[in-house]
Amino acid sequence: MMKSNISLSRRQMIGSLAALSATSGLSMPAWSKGKMSHSNHGAFKQGSEVLTGPMVHLNVGEGSFSTSGRVGHAIGLNGSIPGLLIRLQEGTKAKLMVHNMLKEDSSVHWHGLLLPFQFDGVPGLSFPGIKPGGQFTAKFDVRQSGTYWYHSHSGLQEQSGHYGPIIIDPEGKDPVEYDREHVILLSEFTPMHPHKIMKRLKVAEGYFNRQKTATFDDYDMSGEERLMWGRMRMMPTDIADVSAPAYTYMINGHSAADGLELPYEPGERIRLRFINGSAMTFFNIRIPGLPLTIVQADGQNVQPTEVDEFQIGIAETYDVIVTPKKSGAFALVAESMDRSGMAQATLTSQTGQRANFPELRDPPLLSMVDMGHGGMMEGGHDGHGGGGHSGHGAMDAKPMDHSKMDHSKMNHGAMEKPEPAAMDHDMRGMKMRDTSRLPDTVEVGPGIDMVAMNPQDRMGYPGLGLNNVPHRVLNYKMLRSLEMDHDRRPPDREMELHLTGNMERYMWSFDGKKYSSVKDNPIRFAYNERVRVKLVNDTMMAHPIHLHGVFFELVNGQGHHQPKKHTVIVQPGSTATFDVTTDEPGDWAFHCHLLYHMHAGMMQTVSVAFPEDVR
Amino acid sequence: MKRILSFAAICALSSPVLAQEDHSQMDHSKMDHGEKEQVDHSDHGVPPKPSKPPESAGSGPPNAADSIWGKEAMQPSRDALYNEHGNMKLFWFQGDRLEHRARDGKDGYLWDVQGYYGGDRDKLWFKSEGEGSFGEEIEQAEVQALWSHAIGPFFDLQAGIRQDFHGPDRTHLVVGAQGVAPYFLEIDVATFLSNKGDLTARIEGEYDQRLTQKLILQPRAEINLSAQDIPELEIGSGIDSIEAGIRLRYEITPEFGPYVGIEQEWKLGGSRDFAIADGEDASVTNYVVGVRVWF
Repeated sequence: MMKSNISLSRRQMIGSLAALSATSGLSMPAWSKGKMSHSNHGAFKQGSEVLTGPMVHLNVGEGSFSTSGRVGHAIGLNGSIPGLLIRLQEGTKAKLMVHNMLKEDSSVHWHGLLLPFQFDGVPGLSFPGIKPGGQFTAKFDVRQSGTYWYHSHSGLQEQSGHYGPIIIDPEGKDPVEYDREHVILLSEFTPMHPHKIMKRLKVAEGYFNRQKTATFDDYDMSGEERLMWGRMRMMPTDIADVSAPAYTYMINGHSAADGLELPYEPGERIRLRFINGSAMTFFNIRIPGLPLTIVQADGQNVQPTEVDEFQIGIAETYDVIVTPKKSGAFALVAESMDRSGMAQATLTSQTGQRANFPELRDPPLLSMVDMGHGGMMEGGHDGHGGGGHSGHGAMDAKPMDHSKMDHSKMNHGAMEKPEPAAMDHDMRGMKMRDTSRLPDTVEVGPGIDMVAMNPQDRMGYPGLGLNNVPHRVLNYKMLRSLEMDHDRRPPDREMELHLTGNMERYMWSFDGKKYSSVKDNPIRFAYNERVRVKLVNDTMMAHPIHLHGVFFELVNGQGHHQPKKHTVIVQPGSTATFDVTTDEPGDWAFHCHLLYHMHAGMMQTVSVAFPEDVR
Repeated sequence: MKRILSFAAICALSSPVLAQEDHSQMDHSKMDHGEKEQVDHSDHGVPPKPSKPPESAGSGPPNAADSIWGKEAMQPSRDALYNEHGNMKLFWFQGDRLEHRARDGKDGYLWDVQGYYGGDRDKLWFKSEGEGSFGEEIEQAEVQALWSHAIGPFFDLQAGIRQDFHGPDRTHLVVGAQGVAPYFLEIDVATFLSNKGDLTARIEGEYDQRLTQKLILQPRAEINLSAQDIPELEIGSGIDSIEAGIRLRYEITPEFGPYVGIEQEWKLGGSRDFAIADGEDASVTNYVVGVRVWF
């Protein structure tokens, strides 16, 4: 049994490193004993220490990592995976120093932090990268608070363990009251080299999926439906590109088998800071028996919302308050979206007490809605949108689908007067790849295998497989910022960006152009523009899209309380829209945070011009 | 007449595959762009807004970092950044069929391998096939080296050279298409023009039906066509031969799957006559045991 070693009582604030280490029952990491992990091939410690700002040293080194019987090469920080918790204070000057002990270039991106672009940590974009043996210092004013994280932006190092949490305490009184806090950093460990994973994704579609449809499977699908999917050369089980056959899911570097314990005292308000630091995994989070009060999303305070489960996309963070009244043990379940595995921790008032963990639920399936036929039919397979419990399902929130369908502007040739009933049973009239629907900013080619026919805004959708669960689930439309209006201006202009891909060839891009072919042609913004960006997902996968350097506001119907985020999930075959004020000048990365999608080309440069007086 | 018919057959069989791609390419018309924008704006319930950035947004390559770190320091890492995100090149090798063939008379063997090196759009593709009976001279052996270019989301156009290593020396020009047809049907169609001016074609199709996650039933068919009699190779014009087989594979790992199966070969028309004249069977049943591997 192990106790969380990034758990802190607020009353005590930060204890000594030695004390924290002692509770973990593991040896001190190399760095804390004054021994640098230079070319350290020793084993990485699971879990991390706390290092408080303003001055922080991070040592990136390689070594081995093991959990649940899986052992492999890893990259860690200061001798552990995840890297140490960096704790900063709003209103101070931070000085974060990164030492690269690897034999290759490295970098650290401070995910969600507002800082001058040259310290953002993307090699080739914000700085030249850190050479082997080299060092880099990011110096900046801390002008925000909340839960964030950091990770490598070099190659596929993030998959190997190069990530860690950041907490910034607010300058004044924290609007979130809590007695105790735990960081819950979700990630995966794989003994397989990330380049090998990339190759397998490229050459063998569905390589990591052991939940495919088959003659003898348990999926509730008619033969006709199965044929339809086959005809389209698509798999309804394409939900996670990489899953449990390769991954061990972890909380704070601990697999389920490690029995991670998070202590609490009955009656305490416990703040759980969830960070999805995984490379490829959407997690569904729940603690059966405890309602979850969402108080922060992507480091930005939101009005408290009580749910029983929520989905967290890669790179997102959510702060949650739980208040267990009695002593006992609660199961903190982080189930992968494809339900091939889960990470676990026990929230316990008594050391050694283990909670009962639920079984993995049945894997969900994609539906016609995920193919961009959203407005064309009622619900879809698997009861998409039909779920009465969520109350915020995309389809529930869009009762105008039919009127839209008949709208002359939405006239789709052969689809002129569709009969929804017939549609459910005959998809022959549907074109999977009608490229005439794409604006001329999209380059049509082999990299696009699908065009969403009638993509709907699905920010009210709780995530795949959560639309029909018998309890309350979070969705983006429920997020309401604590403070009013970050920028009252209506958008000066609008742009549309298409998320494009080819599952079979494993090509991923924005507007049909891979980063390697766009090169020096960035998305440009003037200084301090107010822009509405509509992301149209022409693929059947959910993409967590991350914009560096600024926060954008989700256009989620909350008016003057649109929530600020740094990462937004765009549901399959659907749209998501945000407003952004481009007041952080410089070149910023903009990409899908599915690591292998980004590596395949789903990335762009966003250039925000400097204000006139600076130029 | 026969010659024309067999051409027609080639076209008819290969056109659905190619036509599909052509169709999608044709659909690429931008004429309704204006109307689409209107739709988008009405979606948001606000009047149309310009989509182009204002002039003050600047132009040219992104270079903000150059002013801080210097262009010299930035350029190599910028090149690497672009190259790393989408320009990956891979080597892949597959032994699709490596098998022992039990049949009346002497047992035989067969190999059918392929692989490539390249990126998403362009690849150097190689293929090799061959078969024979144990203790006898090899019946058929060939190697192809092809340039493979993606012409649609699911298909590559392939062109190159085929060299035969059996019987009379032959080199062929190859033009074909390979990819995934609807229903995940894996298709490989190729036409060959030999250095003797003979035109032949081959159409292969296979399909993986998952019975479970590891047990896979694979029907497979191959049709060989010839535009003319080629007495030297004992090939008659028209449909030269048809193979139809079914293999049951167990994937111990996705990369390694041993299988058992049965395959039937028929020689038809002129080729059949040649075979009978040689005292060979025009119809052969093979019971196969083999392995499918890739890396």
